[in-house]
Amino acid sequence: MSDHLLTVQNLFCERDDRVLFNRLEFAISAGEIVQIEGQNGSGKTTLLRILSGLSRNYEGDIFWRGTPVSEVREDFCRNLLYFGHQAGVKAVLSPQENLRWYAALSPSIDAAQIDHALEQVGLRGFEDVPCHSLSAGQNRRVSLARLYLSRAPLWILDEPFTAIDKRGVAAKEALLLRHAQQGGSVILTTHHELAIHGPVRKINLDQCAGTSS
Amino acid sequence: MTMQTNAEDLQQQSLSGLFWATCRREYLLSFRRKSDLVNPLIFFLMVATLFPLGVSPEPGFLAQLAPGVVWVAALLATLLSMDALFRSDYEDGSLEQLLLSPQPLFVVVLAKVLAHWSVTGLALTLMAPLLGVMLFLPAEGMPGLMLSLLLGTPTLSLMGAIGAALTVGLRKGGVLISLLVLPLYIPVLIFGSSAVQAAVTGLDLGGYLALLGALLALALGLAPLAISAALRISMSS
Repeated sequence: MSDHLLTVQNLFCERDDRVLFNRLEFAISAGEIVQIEGQNGSGKTTLLRILSGLSRNYEGDIFWRGTPVSEVREDFCRNLLYFGHQAGVKAVLSPQENLRWYAALSPSIDAAQIDHALEQVGLRGFEDVPCHSLSAGQNRRVSLARLYLSRAPLWILDEPFTAIDKRGVAAKEALLLRHAQQGGSVILTTHHELAIHGPVRKINLDQCAGTSS
Repeated sequence: MTMQTNAEDLQQQSLSGLFWATCRREYLLSFRRKSDLVNPLIFFLMVATLFPLGVSPEPGFLAQLAPGVVWVAALLATLLSMDALFRSDYEDGSLEQLLLSPQPLFVVVLAKVLAHWSVTGLALTLMAPLLGVMLFLPAEGMPGLMLSLLLGTPTLSLMGAIGAALTVGLRKGGVLISLLVLPLYIPVLIFGSSAVQAAVTGLDLGGYLALLGALLALALGLAPLAISAALRISMSS
């Protein structure tokens, strides 16, 4: 079991008297890209929030490298990069100032790489512009720049491609593939058709819903 | 052994780095959103301006009320500013990132509250003599007023932050904060205004200041833990 990065056993979650998923089981090993599928409201974001440890509103077991995740919370956080629904970008700060704070938050990020990462996401020349004068897509890109900075093996990405243009999406897909080839794992949700030239495992939440009997 | 000490050194370095980075970020944020910065100060000033108009402009009468009025105004101005402490972080998703950081939440929370205090509580303390003069507070009362506010307002900020953290996930949390936090503010108010009164009448105010200091020490040690736990609960739903 310990060769899996993340193992989920018998996961159950209920929201507003509606069962989102029941007896959900899967394991993610190094080098895998897993796409969570399901219609709107099927609990994709809820599942990602549970996996990342933000939400404790569930029953079941989650293991990180074979140990229950609650026992190794700090080690787990050190190895996790979570990209949520909201980008986590402060509108009155510039992209550079935003990323500098993230560099302070996670010791694995190298602050010297920030300019390079911003160039990678196509924000060169916008480093010192306050984020409120950038477009929605550019704001998402500021947060996506963390993917270029992070050395965490497990990426949990909630709708990372929203408001990103076609070329940007292609670049991010290539980045995900490279991360997987280097031994990292990616769990993501997206309504966009993935065009990754590699194996992508899919987990469909629609089949897990409502089987509470 | 040396390896371990090095690792400990490094961790301490990154913790103080995180503390200062958070302070820096909070200052940048508040100086770029100036309305949030001046709002509590204007409120503070307005109370002192309107009070004589509503009650009586008679100096002797106002001097009697001054300690309490300045303290109540400072308390309400602090309370007014508390709701914004975690609200914007919650709305733009920075709070999620903060909770998922491997660094202790305690440090970030403490840095946020202290930065917030230095632009509200400290500013109110520095403005208080002006209000004291407007309300005819005798000059002997001024040191007592400044000292009691200097020791009391950080406690108000720390306690208010617990309420702000508990209500951040609610859509209309502002009213609830007042209900949650006001009972906790009452001891600080009583000892604070008593210290000013003691200073005016020439009594020793060391005892009151010691009590305020004790409250501050207690809040400084325990409130960040409570705030961290409250934030996790708010985000978990």
